Amino acid sequence: MIDASQPASSTSQVADLPSGAEATVCALTGGHDFCGRIANLGFTLGAPLRVRQNYGRGPVVVALRGTLVALGRAEARRILVAPRGAT
Amino acid sequence: MSEPVRTSRTLPQPVAPPVRPNLRLVHCAGPEDDPRAAAHPDALTVALVGQPNVGKSTVFNMLTGLNQHVGNWPGKTVELKTGVFEVEATTVKLVDLPGTYSLTANSEEERIARDFLIGERPDVAITVVNAAALERSLYLVAELLALDVPLVIGLNMSDVAEQHGIHVEAHVLQAALGIPVIPLVATRNEGIRELVAAAYRLALQPAAFRPNRPAIRAEHQPILDQVVVLLDGCACQRYPASWAALKLLEGDEEVTREIQGSTPPALWEEIHGILLKHEDAYLDIAGGRYEWIGRMVRAAVTSPRAGAITHTDRIDRVATHPVLGLLLLLGIFGLAFGLTYAIATPLSEWLSGVVLTGLIALADAVLGTAPAWPSGLVIDGVIGGVGTVLIFLPILAVFFAVLGILEDVGYLARGAYIMDRFMHLMGLHGKSFLPLFLGFGCNVPAVMGARILEERRARMLTILLAPLVPCTARLAVLAFLAPAFFGSSAAAATIGLVALNLGILAVTGIAVNKMAFKGEQTAFIMELPLYHIPNLRTVGLYVWNNTASFLRKAGTLILLASAVVWILSNVPGGNVETSILAAVGRALAPVGELMGLSDWRIIVALLSSFFAKENTIATLGVLFGAPEAGSALATQVAAILTPGARLAFLAVAMLFIPCVATVATIKQETASWKWTAASIGLLLIISLGAGVVIYQLARVFGM
Repeated sequence: MIDASQPASSTSQVADLPSGAEATVCALTGGHDFCGRIANLGFTLGAPLRVRQNYGRGPVVVALRGTLVALGRAEARRILVAPRGAT
Repeated sequence: MSEPVRTSRTLPQPVAPPVRPNLRLVHCAGPEDDPRAAAHPDALTVALVGQPNVGKSTVFNMLTGLNQHVGNWPGKTVELKTGVFEVEATTVKLVDLPGTYSLTANSEEERIARDFLIGERPDVAITVVNAAALERSLYLVAELLALDVPLVIGLNMSDVAEQHGIHVEAHVLQAALGIPVIPLVATRNEGIRELVAAAYRLALQPAAFRPNRPAIRAEHQPILDQVVVLLDGCACQRYPASWAALKLLEGDEEVTREIQGSTPPALWEEIHGILLKHEDAYLDIAGGRYEWIGRMVRAAVTSPRAGAITHTDRIDRVATHPVLGLLLLLGIFGLAFGLTYAIATPLSEWLSGVVLTGLIALADAVLGTAPAWPSGLVIDGVIGGVGTVLIFLPILAVFFAVLGILEDVGYLARGAYIMDRFMHLMGLHGKSFLPLFLGFGCNVPAVMGARILEERRARMLTILLAPLVPCTARLAVLAFLAPAFFGSSAAAATIGLVALNLGILAVTGIAVNKMAFKGEQTAFIMELPLYHIPNLRTVGLYVWNNTASFLRKAGTLILLASAVVWILSNVPGGNVETSILAAVGRALAPVGELMGLSDWRIIVALLSSFFAKENTIATLGVLFGAPEAGSALATQVAAILTPGARLAFLAVAMLFIPCVATVATIKQETASWKWTAASIGLLLIISLGAGVVIYQLARVFGM
């Protein structure tokens, strides 16, 4: 796990954000493989993203760097974010 | 792998005045600076690189058209597409590298792409980027710049970007990057010629390539330098030291393994010590690349106001909605099959009518005086086989056209997204839906399509399940026999049998996942492309490549099988009743008995489906002496079976062991006889089990 630059209280998982929420990536958790793949896709520390669709179960869709990325629920839990503007 | 097609063709004449490669540049540098700068090289190798969903294959298709060859990378299960075109009397070999997001060895595709760029050293690389997702597309460019290959950028999909309110100034981007940036709308063939001209110029003049290369973050530079120095001292690997050092810092498994194996232990200890202290550098390197990209695009891109609603947003409100999206998927599914049969059925009838009549007349004319057996072999055996192929070909072509359109529009990824929840029950995720869906066309591409799955476990399970998807050949058998078998309840029986297949697929998936894989889950990360208008050429070539590979199989296996069945049914003695085939069928009759299928001809028809599923009908035709495969044949077959046995027969035909082409593909893709045998054994047990259960249940209910 990579150190979060935000205090723990203000971070949440992408999976917890409602549709339409905007946030900034502040940490990735999980193995090197997963973190590397997701970082190559643009989920780097400080990257702004918007949750495009989250129905509370099943996969979520995230808009990031001009693309739409579908993430399984488990993967969406491994990306920690801070709400936009909180930084 | 066979040799790529060597025929060549000149580029279509453009509407705009042609951009002539600027040969004066060559003279400025002086040919003595670079031996390759001679005026007109005979041949050039150009690599086409790009991330998925940037329109790379459209560019490839526009450049090479039918002069393309689809094969496999030597010893790999990744598709290799090469093509040839001519520019300025130079033959250009274009190699379409697999679509990859980065050049870190996360997957086979990425390894192949970078090994080609490093090992084969193409004269120039054309990289296609998506203007609507510029930052993400440029990530690959940032990686490519670490390699020593001259680059030209094709800025594609500007039209899609404009629809989303994104405007990219190509010349501003070009100035920032120091790389030629050519605006393209590949689907309309705009800018392709200019792109080629720019690549050609660069190939003649590689020394002119002085790009602005991304630098690693300041805090990591000394570490990188240290590793480079250590690697330089040993010069023992095939990679350039600076690139290898960067990949070591990124924790690239393959490069790490290779360097570890090729450096003296003491040196490796030293390098490894440095790497251990900076284990998380890979995230900073990725972050650093995106920061660099941010600086590059800042002046060139005008972005839309935040929260603008796009076409894609509007369509996805339905297409990715958990309930509406599922209904839409089912609707599209139904439409795909409705359309396939509505268009293909008349085509099939026309084709088999015209061609078969002609062929039989021809055979009669040629073999008129010949003895009875060769004309029997040709007319009933071979031409009967041709008939089966012809019935089936339009169905396959139309299905692939529908699939190609859905893919090119960007819808298929949504289907995968919607199916993710269901696929999780089998320990798979949404991406597995894509190859399985392909299976409705033909199981061979379905098994090959499992390559898109990153994890071996998911790939193996998907390959195991793919033959349980009823392919068009089996659906054609079903559609042919069901009306005569079940009369007015034919539709219900057909739907029931397809549902049975899919139900068994789901149960098998859940069971295998629980038993063999202990319910592990795999990561689901998939890009949803923006919707765009499909390109006819891309769809056309997709259909062509898929039907052509079917025809190659049909041209050999189906005709051969059909001829073999005819011979076996006529030897010895020229009488079906006493033939070898009859003997085999009768020997297996006790097994058939359990399913109400005691007639040996029915058993032989099932066995012959191993050569190709559509053979079931051809064989019945030969054995019942009705080569035309009309509805009379179905009625004849129905007459010798009880309703319960008819249902059992179709269930077994639908679930029976995969055809020989699929088996060969399974062996090739899994590289394991054990998996191949497991796949055959599993389907044999499932199909016979289903047949017995259905027949015995039907008997209980008095059918």
